[in-house]
Amino acid sequence: MNKQVYLDHAATTPVDKKVLREMMPYFSDRYGNASSLHFFGQEASQAVEKARMQVAKYFNANLNEIIFTSGATESNNLAIKGVLRACYQKPPGGFLSHRVASKGASKPHIITTTFEHHCVLNTIKELEKENLIETTFINPKKDGVINVEDIKNAIKSNTILISVMYVNNEIGTVQPIAEIGKIIHETRNTKHETKSNGYPIFHTDATQAVAYFDCDVEKLGVDLLSMSAHKIYGPKGVGVLYIKKGLNIAKIQDGGAQEFGMRAGTINTSGIVGLGSAISMINDQRTTNNEKIKKLRDYLIAKILKEIPDSRLNGSKIKRSPNNVNVNFSRVEGESLLMMLSSEGVFASTGSACSSGSLSPSHVLLSLGLKPEETHGSLRLTLGKNTTKKEIDYVVKVIKRSVEKLRKVSGSVLKDYYKSMKHEA
Amino acid sequence: MYSKKVLEHFTHPHNQGVIKNPSGVGMVGNPTCGDMMKIYIKVKKDVKKREVINDIKFETLGCASAIATSSMITDLAKNKTLEEASKITRNDVAEALEGLPPIKMHCSNLAADSLREAIKDYQKKKKQ
Repeated sequence: MNKQVYLDHAATTPVDKKVLREMMPYFSDRYGNASSLHFFGQEASQAVEKARMQVAKYFNANLNEIIFTSGATESNNLAIKGVLRACYQKPPGGFLSHRVASKGASKPHIITTTFEHHCVLNTIKELEKENLIETTFINPKKDGVINVEDIKNAIKSNTILISVMYVNNEIGTVQPIAEIGKIIHETRNTKHETKSNGYPIFHTDATQAVAYFDCDVEKLGVDLLSMSAHKIYGPKGVGVLYIKKGLNIAKIQDGGAQEFGMRAGTINTSGIVGLGSAISMINDQRTTNNEKIKKLRDYLIAKILKEIPDSRLNGSKIKRSPNNVNVNFSRVEGESLLMMLSSEGVFASTGSACSSGSLSPSHVLLSLGLKPEETHGSLRLTLGKNTTKKEIDYVVKVIKRSVEKLRKVSGSVLKDYYKSMKHEA
Repeated sequence: MYSKKVLEHFTHPHNQGVIKNPSGVGMVGNPTCGDMMKIYIKVKKDVKKREVINDIKFETLGCASAIATSSMITDLAKNKTLEEASKITRNDVAEALEGLPPIKMHCSNLAADSLREAIKDYQKKKKQ
């Protein structure tokens, strides 16, 4: 087998060995249902509550503000649909009281960005299709960062929710969450029709941010925050939704009373233990890991841009997650580059249309104002805490060789196309 | 998701390159969708005086399956008469590659179209 280098940590991370060790007893030995009253149940429940403490500490939240879910997709669904549902069930102030769209009354308004993860974007689009909400989608600037003023200007008297991701999953750009939080707090009580009842609510999908950025919910000014364990060296299938105490939000799944009545379903003890263990490890290691990864990232960016002609970085170089590199190579298609790299043991990701299953180019890259043809040759490389300089050197060598090979296969086809277009015009 | 055959043709494409002074050229696709193919053919008459694709080359910008289908169609069309070559369908290409993921079937279509365009180009030039 070839040498293998994994540079797709934004997709998922390996479960840390220490995390796995802490999880192990909760599969076959301490297998009790955390909701059971007997000893086995209580043993499991204690483990879950310990994890809740670890998570609450990380987010500077209270214990009863931490809801365990199956991952960020569920957390985001619960955040958005739960806020809307509560709004219809317990209408704030005089507004929206069971008035429905068909009567021409103002529907609840939700603001989000055009480059959110699909689990936020599609949730909101579905609600819009069902005629339950009005929406505003904010475009980032060319550098992949949202302008705070654009959010401010979009807020209307019927805005109930603003959802902005903390770090973009494709291009790694960091959004000014704390600044947006501040503006939302200023807007409350002044612009809002419902007056002093906590609207608009502020949600952030922090899935790609948790390992690298300050996620203190007080400092960020968020009411809801989503995350997933498998992005931070924890297991897949478990995540968190932070819900600020007293927030007007309803459950969206019916069943038992688990998780303070917010999330029915048997508690995933081993997963939650793993999440708690993974998040407490970040606290200890964040600063040193960040610096190390950031240094390697800058080395990787510089080396690619220097050694491979016609390459450019997508998204801001400065307001960027320490682990993310997203580069575009002209005259190369991303999926074929990905396949070529994979055949040489380098594992990365792309926003290329051909890999998406839908054959439409990455909505994130399009949101930066790139033309479809400018998005195709994009490659995402995301580093992890164990990535080494030697690996980076190997990866650049393989990318360079692969890009050269694919450019040779494409020959003059692109140039000829533009020439023929000019000729026809 | 890709068959072994697709990966083989993708990593080691056959007949890749350019023919100088080709008898015909066909180009399909556009940069917006991301897949573009160009096929060059050299036509000669065989002993029975039939028009035969004597040489064929391709240039392709696209995904792994776009490159593999380009490579495969050059194999399928080489030394075939123009009549035979113009009958090659997208399914012939896909089958020869031991199947393509459903979403990639349009790539085999591009390859077949590109070859037909090249034959058409040759026939147009011949009339001139």
